[in-house]
Amino acid sequence: MSNELGLTVKPVCGISPEDEARVAAWIDTEEYRQKNFARQALTINPAHACQPLGAELAAHGFEGTLPFVHGSQGCASYYRSTLNRHFREPAPAVSDSMTEDGAVFGGQNNLHEGLENALALYKPKMVAVFTSCMPEIIGDDLTAFIKNARAKGIVPKDLPVPFANTPSFNGSHVQGYDAMVLAILQTLTAGRKVEGRCTGRLNLLPGFDANTGNYREYKRILEAFGIPYTLVADISDTFDSPNDGTYRLYPGGTKLEDAADSVNGKATLTLGAYATAKTFAWIKEEYSGVHASLPMPIGVAKTDAFLLKLSQLFGKPVPESLKAERGRAVDAMTDAQQYLHGKKFAVYGDADLLLGYVSFLLEMGATPYHVLCSKGSKKLEKELQALLDASPYGKAGKVYMNRDLWHLRSLLVTDPVDAVIGDTHGKFAARDAKVPLFRLGFPIFDRVNKHRVPLVGYQGAINLVTELVNKFLDLKDETCEERFFEMMR
Amino acid sequence: MSQVKKVEGITRESTQSMIDRALEAYPEKGKKKRAPHLAPNDQALGKACVKSNRKTVPGVMSARGCAYAGAKGVVWGPIRDMVHVSHGPVGCGWYSWGTRRNLVSGRNGVSNFSMQFTSDFQEKDIVYGGDKKLAQLLTEAKELFPLAKGISVLSECPVGLIGDDINAVAKKMSKELDLPVVPCNCEGFRGVSQSLGHHISNDTIRDYIIETREFAEPAGPYDIALIGDYNIGGDVWSVKSLLESCGLNVKATWTGDGEMERIAATHQVKLNVIHCYRSMNYMCKVMEEKHGIPWIELNFFGPTKIKQSLRALAERFDDEIKERVEAVIAEWEPKMKAIVDEYRPRLEGKKVMLYVGGLRPRHTVGAYEDLGMTVVGSGYEFAHSDDYDRTSPEMPDATVIYDDASEYELEQFVHELKPDLVASGIKEKYVFQKMGLPFRQMHSWDYSGPYHGYEGFSVFARDIDLAVNSPTWKLVKSPF
Repeated sequence: MSNELGLTVKPVCGISPEDEARVAAWIDTEEYRQKNFARQALTINPAHACQPLGAELAAHGFEGTLPFVHGSQGCASYYRSTLNRHFREPAPAVSDSMTEDGAVFGGQNNLHEGLENALALYKPKMVAVFTSCMPEIIGDDLTAFIKNARAKGIVPKDLPVPFANTPSFNGSHVQGYDAMVLAILQTLTAGRKVEGRCTGRLNLLPGFDANTGNYREYKRILEAFGIPYTLVADISDTFDSPNDGTYRLYPGGTKLEDAADSVNGKATLTLGAYATAKTFAWIKEEYSGVHASLPMPIGVAKTDAFLLKLSQLFGKPVPESLKAERGRAVDAMTDAQQYLHGKKFAVYGDADLLLGYVSFLLEMGATPYHVLCSKGSKKLEKELQALLDASPYGKAGKVYMNRDLWHLRSLLVTDPVDAVIGDTHGKFAARDAKVPLFRLGFPIFDRVNKHRVPLVGYQGAINLVTELVNKFLDLKDETCEERFFEMMR
Repeated sequence: MSQVKKVEGITRESTQSMIDRALEAYPEKGKKKRAPHLAPNDQALGKACVKSNRKTVPGVMSARGCAYAGAKGVVWGPIRDMVHVSHGPVGCGWYSWGTRRNLVSGRNGVSNFSMQFTSDFQEKDIVYGGDKKLAQLLTEAKELFPLAKGISVLSECPVGLIGDDINAVAKKMSKELDLPVVPCNCEGFRGVSQSLGHHISNDTIRDYIIETREFAEPAGPYDIALIGDYNIGGDVWSVKSLLESCGLNVKATWTGDGEMERIAATHQVKLNVIHCYRSMNYMCKVMEEKHGIPWIELNFFGPTKIKQSLRALAERFDDEIKERVEAVIAEWEPKMKAIVDEYRPRLEGKKVMLYVGGLRPRHTVGAYEDLGMTVVGSGYEFAHSDDYDRTSPEMPDATVIYDDASEYELEQFVHELKPDLVASGIKEKYVFQKMGLPFRQMHSWDYSGPYHGYEGFSVFARDIDLAVNSPTWKLVKSPF
């Protein structure tokens, strides 16, 4: 007897303990690692999401903005749940619920009806539209659809409706973030550039960063300098709003007026070169003032560069308070360096974060040993390798580009490290390798408040030292023989 | 049916006017579409009072997912001894990875495969098609995971739109790999909700899995299968041990902590016990028609319903089972009474609003009532009419029933009904907590569980108490 696949009937045999033990041993071997790295078509446990998720995060960073998914409702549900779980905050967004008929006839009707309902119910100041797979494949023309919506009076004349094409089969959440920020800035700044007029402000673009603490840290630093700024896109209040008994649909975000006026800024600085590549290229063409791109200020050297750049751009000395903070960060690092010196780390995540982790670890005398990015470019690979090569502590490190967390598992079990840095998804590999996972990055589903603790700036460096070092000390206390259990560490 | 349950202050008129007020904000067309989905319950009638299983109104904040979500997250995903490939772009698989909390036995990557497998479609796959890539990745999966009993291929939106033939690839590769490769055409744009994904998946289980295995041991009179339990936070383990203590042999679990081989041999059991009717009723009906297996719908939430359920189950068997069931009930009753005695005084009279999927908007009502609480509103994300038929007798008369409620409507109802607890999903959780309202996530048991069975009730009661009576809520209003 056989079924529709032509397979014969077999008895239930389950998986025997012997087989389980054999394969469990095998998947930790060098032989398996080679097989694993030879795979071409299958991706297992990737460390990146798709473009629209990033687009939604960007949209949440603007005042009164409703993220609007043009496509299947399931996609919207997934992005929202992911942001809900990471931030433990609401993530209000809508979709126009395209189904089979949308696939056949195009999504204009859905978009128009969706805009009409969304505007009535959620009264946004701006609707940020981005696509999921379906409209990208059927070739929906959003420029025309939105123009038609205005012509039909569905969208009021003065309501900005920027849109971004964010196909999920290209790039990752990082590119989606870039695309949406670009679309929003293009829309808001249209016709707003005035030659010779300068707002005197800094436009700061952090790039895809799901740590609200980082945004607050940037603001604190700029306020210490006395530099007026526009943070694009500011999710700090959107995803870290107070609980005071009132639900606010749009609790924060960059003011639309400020974003519109950013085109006349004194300077524009991006701290996420990889996460704002397109936006920044466009800004360089269109914006007045000076433009600069720096890596995320993780660790002392990169924070120094950030502060020097601010000082230089605005002709202001680095404030004493920040100098003192630098001293405290360095103090924390020298006090604790012995506990990280020589420790080997595996790190994975988004490009901009990876550069930061590697830089910080090298400053501490630790070794970024396996450096893995599941969606990255040749340029990133070179940049990471150069960073490793420039330090004696980086010599042993190796970069793995476009590899996933199942590759990482093989690396961890065949060529061990002391700890892993990455998001929650790495917990399985870290457990198998019996090393701690430091949950930094996005998403973090299984710990609380990680998104509130800044990693950037000097305070971020202190936080990193505290978290990493104390974990190793905890481990020592938990695992050492009793005769080596002592008062001081 | 017992007597009609009433809630003080809630009448058909009060509920209808609350609904009317909530609809006021909609444009005319939207209002017309939403109105049939909101209604006061008519308990005595015992029939659905709302329309359901219709397309979501575009532009409203719906909690619904898609067919793929139903297929991957609910039905296929929990089967632990198979590799489940999310075929298409990276996102869908990534978002659904581990987020439903369906726990599994075995070793990750060795004997259980609750990881994320994807073909990670790139632009070239869209242009040239992904069939070749699929064939290759199936080979790679078999090589890297030799103990996997099968592979499911769950198609995401682009696969259907570009016209890939995953069925042909599956057929060819099943033979080549000597491994069941099951194609599941569950693209997210199909249908109106995740419910169609359940249906499509179950159809593939029927077509490709059932009858391909036979239990090695001889059949016994007490062989049953547990259908529609997904082991959220360990639910299956709680119910399975309860049923086994009653003398029954749970030969297969669908699909929580499920094994493909056991699912494939389910046609040999004597009775199917279904918990989540919405996700798996088709399968019970199919097995009844094709294999003559009777089925029974049960409710394992809260001691009252559990007792009724176990007795109804015992009726299907001989005196030996009946006696054992009574003994099990007698053993648990004092433990349940102790729980109720502990928590009821703190929860008595509290009002609950539910908005979930599957079976919970009706099945959990009794569990709240065991704790002295009243459910004043209930509704489903993706139910069909028969779910609402079953909800009507459970819900107090004239309380509000909402289908595919938008976040706006829920907010309005909460403002008017002022519940002491909202029990819904992750997307709603923080909205209501910002209002200072106690909340439990009832899709995933809010990182807790199990909630099923007697063991589950002790966790449920504790969790409801900790939610409602947490001192943190008192801090919400500041003194200045």
